[in-house]
Amino acid sequence: MTTRTSSAFGRPASIAGAVALAALMFAMPLIAPRAVVQDLFSILTLLVLAMNWNLLAGFAGLVSVGQQAFVGIGAYAMFAAIILWGLDPLVGALIGGLVAVLFAIPMAFFAFRLQGAYFAIGTWVVADMVRLAAGQWKALGGGTGTSLPKGTTRDMIGVPLVKSVLGVSSAAAADTVVYWLALGLAILTLAASFYFLRSRMGLGLQALRDNANAARSVGVDPRRIKAIVFLLTAFGTGLCGALIFIQITRVTPDAAFSVIDWTAFVIFIVVIGGIGTLPGPIVGVAIFYLLQRLLADYGTVYLILLGLIGIGIMLFARGGIWGAISDRTGIELLPLRHRPPSHQPVVVEQEAARPAG
Amino acid sequence: MIWLDTLLQGVLLGGLYALFAAGLSLVFGVMRLVNLAHGDLIILAAYLILGVAAVLGVTPVVALLIAAPVMFVVGWLLQMQVFNRVLGDDILPPLLVTFGLSVVIQNALLEGFTANSQKLSLGPIETQSLHLGSVTVGVIPMMTLASAVAVIFLLNQLFYRTSLGRAFRATSDDVVTAQLMGIRPRRIFAMATGIAMVVATLAAFYLGARANFDPSIGPARLLYAFEAVIIGGLGSLWGTLAGGLVIGVAQAFGAAVNPEWQILSGHIAFVIVLLLKPRGFFPRATD
Repeated sequence: MTTRTSSAFGRPASIAGAVALAALMFAMPLIAPRAVVQDLFSILTLLVLAMNWNLLAGFAGLVSVGQQAFVGIGAYAMFAAIILWGLDPLVGALIGGLVAVLFAIPMAFFAFRLQGAYFAIGTWVVADMVRLAAGQWKALGGGTGTSLPKGTTRDMIGVPLVKSVLGVSSAAAADTVVYWLALGLAILTLAASFYFLRSRMGLGLQALRDNANAARSVGVDPRRIKAIVFLLTAFGTGLCGALIFIQITRVTPDAAFSVIDWTAFVIFIVVIGGIGTLPGPIVGVAIFYLLQRLLADYGTVYLILLGLIGIGIMLFARGGIWGAISDRTGIELLPLRHRPPSHQPVVVEQEAARPAG
Repeated sequence: MIWLDTLLQGVLLGGLYALFAAGLSLVFGVMRLVNLAHGDLIILAAYLILGVAAVLGVTPVVALLIAAPVMFVVGWLLQMQVFNRVLGDDILPPLLVTFGLSVVIQNALLEGFTANSQKLSLGPIETQSLHLGSVTVGVIPMMTLASAVAVIFLLNQLFYRTSLGRAFRATSDDVVTAQLMGIRPRRIFAMATGIAMVVATLAAFYLGARANFDPSIGPARLLYAFEAVIIGGLGSLWGTLAGGLVIGVAQAFGAAVNPEWQILSGHIAFVIVLLLKPRGFFPRATD
C-alpha cells in the first residue's frame, strides 16, 4: 500500500525546516541565557505532557483527568531511586517511566470499566488515591515531601562532561543536560506519535474514532488498542514527570499530583491548539506560554482566561487554532491521511476498452 | 460502642454527600451530561449565601432562600447558553466545557474572595446535639441527613408524579419522539439543571454550616458526589442516597483509624464497589 502524502510546503522543504529548528533548539544553551533555557525546559515538558494527552483524548477517545497520577508516580519513583537506592537521577527518571507503566496496568483494568465521561472522573479518583498514598510514604517525607540531597544533580550522568566542555557552572550544566533530555523526549514523542498513528494500529485507532462500529466490523479490537495507547502515554508522562522534578529538586504530594499543573494546563493547551491534530499541542503550548507571560502580574487571571478560551473553542471552533489555520490555508503538517489503495491499472484498461467519442 | 458512634457519624456525613450528588444524578438521568463543574458550582453557591448574608445583613437561612432562585437562573442560563450547544454523541465537548467552567469558577472565586477559609455561622444551633441512648449526634448533621432524604423523596415525586417529570423521563428515553409530542428538550434540560442548582445551593448551605470552605475545595466535592452517583447506579436517585451513605461511612471509619486516611478510605470503598458491581447497586440507565 502506498502511504505517500503531500503537504503545501513540499516534503524536502518541511524536513529541512524541521531539522534547522531542532538544531536551533539544541544550540539554545550555548547562545541563550540560563533563564531562557529554564523557560524552554518547562515549555518542552508541558509539550510532552500535552502530546501524550492528545494521543489519549484526541486519538484514542480516552479523556483522562488523572494524568497527574503518572507525573507524580514518575517523580516519586525517581526520588526513591535516588534517595533510597542511591541511583543516578537519569536512571531514576527511566525507572519513573517504567513504574508509571506498571501502575497503569491495574489502573487500566479499573478505569476501562468506566465509559466516556465516567472514565474521566474515575481516572481523577485514582490519581487522588495515589496522591493520598504518597502522603503516607514516610521515607520520602510523607505529606510535607522531601528534597533531593545537595549536589545530586552536580554528579548526574553527563553533567561533569557538559561542565568541562562548555566551561559553565555545575548548576548551568545540569540545566543544559535536562533541557537536552526534554528536547530529545519532545522530538521522540512527536516522531513516535506520527509513526504510531501512521502505522496499521494507528489507522485502526483513527478508524475507531471516526466510526467505532465500522472499525470493529473490519476487525479492529478497541480495548486492546486503547490499552496500548494508555500504557504508552503512561510511560511518556511518567518519564516527563521525573524529568520535571529533577529540575524542581523538591517533591511534595500536592505538587507532584497537582491536577491543575499537570492535567488542566495540558488539556487547555491541547484544546486551544487543536485536539486530535499533531501540530495542535505545539501551537497550544506557544499560546499558553504567551498568555502566562503577558498576564504574569495579574494572579490567576490567565487561568480564568485559559478556561474561557477553552470553552469558546469547544463552542465555536472545535478544531482549535491549528484546525482553523489548516482549514483556511490547506496547509497540512505531519499529515495522517492515507491515500486509498491504487487501482490504476484497472482504470486504464476500462478506458482503453471504452469507444472513443 | 465507638463503632456504633462512627457508623452514625458516617451516615450523617453521607447525607451531605448525597446532597452534593443529587443534582449530578438528576442532570445525568435527564441528559447524560457529566458536569465536571458541579463541585465548584456548590462552592459558588456557598459564597453566594455568604455574600447575600453579609450584604443584606440577613441570617444564612434567609440568604439561602434568596440564593436558591438565583442559582436556579444560573443553572438555567448555563444550560441554555452553553451546555445545550455541546450535548451530543461526542462526549469530549461537554467534558471539556464543564472542566473549563470548573477552572474559571475556582479562580474567579479566588480572585474575588481570596484563599481564606469561610464559614456560615448559624449561631448556637451549630453546637447543639441530641443524646440518643449512648451516642450523641449534632443537630446540624441530623438536619443535613433529613434534608437529603427529603430532597431525594421530592425529586422522585417530581420525576414520577408530575408532568414536568414525565417530560424529563420522555426526553431522557428518546429526545426525537419527545419533540414530536411537543416537548422542547432544550427547555427541559435547562429546567433540570436549574433544579440541580437549587439542590446544590442547599448542599452548599449545609457544607458551609458544618465546616470551613475555600475556593479550592470544589473538585474534591465533585469526586465524592460522583462516587455516590456511580455506587448507587446511574440514574437512580435513591441509589445516589445509598451511595452517599457508603462513602460517608467508609470515610468515617477510615478517619477513626487514622485521620489522614479519611478521604483515601472513601476512594477505596468506591473502587471495591465498582470492581464487585460495575454498574452500581441500583442501575437504571443503560450507559
